[in-house]
Amino acid sequence: MDAITTLPVMSPAAGEIFLAAAAMALLMFGVFKGGKAQEATSWLAVAVLLIAGGLVMSHGGDTTPAFFGMFQAGPFAQFAKILILAGSILSIIMSRSTFRQDSFERFEYPVLIVLSTLGMLMMVSANDMIALYIGLEVQSLALYVIASIRRDTLRSTEAGLKYFVLGALSSGMLLYGSSMVYGFAGTTEFDALANVFSGLEGQQPSVGLIIGLVFVICGLAFKVSAVPFHMWTPDVYEGAPTPVTALFAVAPKVAALALFLRVLLEPFGALVGEWQQIIALISVLSMAIGSIAAIVQTNIKRLMAYSSIGHMGYALVGLAAANEAGVSGILVYLALYLFMNVGTFACILAMRRQGRPVEGIHDLAGLSKTHPGMAAMIMIFMFSMAGIPPLAGFFGKWFVFMAAVNAGLFALAILGVIASVIGAFYYLRIVKIMYFDEAVEPLDTAIPGDLKIIMTVMAAVTLLFFIVPAPLVSSAKAAASALFAG
Amino acid sequence: MLEIGLAHYLTVAAVLFTLGMFGIFLNRKNVIIIMMSIELMLLAVNINLVTFSVFLNDLVGQIFALFVLTVAAAEAAIGLAILVVYFRNRGSIAVEDINLMKG
Repeated sequence: MDAITTLPVMSPAAGEIFLAAAAMALLMFGVFKGGKAQEATSWLAVAVLLIAGGLVMSHGGDTTPAFFGMFQAGPFAQFAKILILAGSILSIIMSRSTFRQDSFERFEYPVLIVLSTLGMLMMVSANDMIALYIGLEVQSLALYVIASIRRDTLRSTEAGLKYFVLGALSSGMLLYGSSMVYGFAGTTEFDALANVFSGLEGQQPSVGLIIGLVFVICGLAFKVSAVPFHMWTPDVYEGAPTPVTALFAVAPKVAALALFLRVLLEPFGALVGEWQQIIALISVLSMAIGSIAAIVQTNIKRLMAYSSIGHMGYALVGLAAANEAGVSGILVYLALYLFMNVGTFACILAMRRQGRPVEGIHDLAGLSKTHPGMAAMIMIFMFSMAGIPPLAGFFGKWFVFMAAVNAGLFALAILGVIASVIGAFYYLRIVKIMYFDEAVEPLDTAIPGDLKIIMTVMAAVTLLFFIVPAPLVSSAKAAASALFAG
Repeated sequence: MLEIGLAHYLTVAAVLFTLGMFGIFLNRKNVIIIMMSIELMLLAVNINLVTFSVFLNDLVGQIFALFVLTVAAAEAAIGLAILVVYFRNRGSIAVEDINLMKG
């Protein structure tokens, strides 16, 4: 038989194929149900994402290349996909009560989240520059619309517009980079690129190739919002509706960072000498800007934006180490980052005064007297993000910094520790405002039940992670070793 | 007789790409011009891809260019849609008016 007429291997992509079909079905469901379909569509979207998670669990460990080598699952992609799906599911559940209170009912919102999740899963599994670009755009195009979902408000549409312009710019840079790589290496497949680069045997790669690599790194750094490509993050986080910010802070970050790891370590793995210093530099800059610029913020969503820039900087320390310990450290870091961020955003979503959402840091004043439970949980999240042992955030930082030290990057590890000490200042300032400042006007005490459950579970995980770290750490290790084996 | 080779095509693409990027950052007038600059960047990439495809005797570059064209169309549609809802709220699409949040 001619090779072109055979059906491609599809089973490793079962989760993605299901999501694509289900997203279209959900859209039809929403349209025909009409008016008040958001509640039903939300729960159906959660069910769809859970089923996709099941499919990823059962087929995702398969390392057979699918679609003629365009798509590759495997333990590393599986780990990242589970985190992405968890982030998306939690953000849909958290959005329900807020949108209901703001009487904003749109069934398109969960459908768009399903579509963007599909793009994120494709990014993580891409095994070719073309597949990478398509995955990235499926994710980004859905996210641009999600950012401006409150189309009747100026803030949301402005956030969407800014995100669109800078996101399109970054896609353009990524594309220009991949066109140069294609031209000077002669292929777009990751495996073939890896062969070309390992065949260089210590020769200097051509200038065109280096230009391509730098452009690809710039494009990906935009997506993980690493400094100096971070300028969109605070504006988009502040302007987008809070449930949208809760989504942006978790799932797309995990996907983009996992993609960053795969692209640099698999096809460009042999060029580590060329990109290691660039990654170390953007990592240091992200940690510094994330810590210092956050100090002057008064809006909690803007503060969380700088916090996430800083966290991406810490995670990139593990990538600069470019070893197995670094990658497994990043995966642990991302999982713990998900717990802390989802929990913090559940608390931010619960901040309301007389039914209206508030976002100022000073609105938290006196929270310890009116909401002792929520104040304690925010305190746990803030201490954890600052990296204070024995909370979960400490272990994430510990693993990546240890990997950097083992790789001989002492300066990077020391700068990271200094940045996290500076960063601790603004996290502790929130705790101080909650516990020692007098409340001007208390926040509402009625907190929706689902937010309460989510913040409690996340706080418990963050607080008690040190008792049983083994399951997460060992699965992250297995995922990282799979990346280096292939 | 001037022979037009790979370097010439790459130079044209690089100039177009740079023009697109400067168009985004230096333009102080209108968001539509930013959209046009984005398209210019993507077209520069397409020139690159097709040139390499011809010079490498490899079809992948042209397939990539077709994907880029398709996605660029979708991107422009979404960008213009966001611009329309923004205009409804703000009543202006001048770049200097997009300043609700300072970054």
